[in-house]
Amino acid sequence: MTTTYGPVAIWGVILAAGLATYAIRLSFIHLFGRVEGVPPALERLLAYVPPAVLAALVAPDFVPESATLVALADPTLVGGAVAVVAAWYTEDVLWTVGAGMAGLHLARFLL
Amino acid sequence: MDTRLVELRSGVRDTLPLLLGIVPFALVAGVAGVEAGLTPLQTLGMSVVVFAGASQLAALDLLGSDAALGVVVLTAVVINLRMMMYSASIAPHFRALPARVRAGCAYLLTDQAYAVTVARYRRADEERGADEEHGADENDVGAVDGGPDDADDGGLRQPYYYLGVGGTLWIVWQVGTVVGIVFGAGVPDAWRLDFAVPLVFLALLVPVLSDRPSVAAGLVAAAVAVFAAGLPFNAGLIAGALVGVVAGVGAERLGLAAGGSA
Repeated sequence: MTTTYGPVAIWGVILAAGLATYAIRLSFIHLFGRVEGVPPALERLLAYVPPAVLAALVAPDFVPESATLVALADPTLVGGAVAVVAAWYTEDVLWTVGAGMAGLHLARFLL
Repeated sequence: MDTRLVELRSGVRDTLPLLLGIVPFALVAGVAGVEAGLTPLQTLGMSVVVFAGASQLAALDLLGSDAALGVVVLTAVVINLRMMMYSASIAPHFRALPARVRAGCAYLLTDQAYAVTVARYRRADEERGADEEHGADENDVGAVDGGPDDADDGGLRQPYYYLGVGGTLWIVWQVGTVVGIVFGAGVPDAWRLDFAVPLVFLALLVPVLSDRPSVAAGLVAAAVAVFAAGLPFNAGLIAGALVGVVAGVGAERLGLAAGGSA
């Protein structure tokens, strides 16, 4: 699993990926600097970006192997469920991660 | 105390809990670089230049198996396309800043910096009230010329909170990469520290599901992302997010917001 590419190719990949990523980051930050206001329709649209992106980021990590009760006893799912409850009550990242980790390892130990 | 310093510190403090999820991720980025056959300098260079964990890991994985260079770059870029949505979402808050400052802020834009900062801005907007913000729009042009010492009013933001968040994440990401390079896979896999990453995203997701359209956006995005998980280039993530946003707007149009809980 080691690359046979030389330093020029590797630095080329790093720079190309880095520049393109920076262009993506800058895109709207740059564009909106030249626009007086954000169209209300777009602003409403953007309000739903955080729930949509975060849900799309995490959901694939918490898919049961099958639609059975046994599959629901997966330590990852237990940890995730505990984390959701902790997030709901505490709205705190450290508590949520701590509870999720504890849930994962407890489930691994018990199940 | 100087309000700029207070804001900066506040950003650093709000970022500390996230580091639990970032540190193992950064360590993995360092380890993966060495394992893929990159020199320590190249591995650190990738963390500095690209500064986006998931795309770095994907690029390293592909480099290690001698994939075509174009495919390596394209994969990394597509994984980072989601940042365009962050850029659009956070841009209104930065529009009063000088171009150079905006260019610097853009470099620090990551999943975590976006999520933490936007949550803070949302809270501030709710406290301020929507009417006041619309009333302040007229003054925005003047404030652009007024320089960084103008009071924060209307929708205008100073970047110090964001810089506290982004700067902390940047430093920890680089230090974590170096530690990963030096110590390799020191932490046993059995600790499952990698699990901290999705847990951090869950911790950020639950509080933003604050009304019914937001819940609709989240549920639809999750469903699409799961069903499209097999697509190459992480397209499932992008498809899920886009369809989720449409679902949120659609739910709002249908009037679900009226009966939504707080």
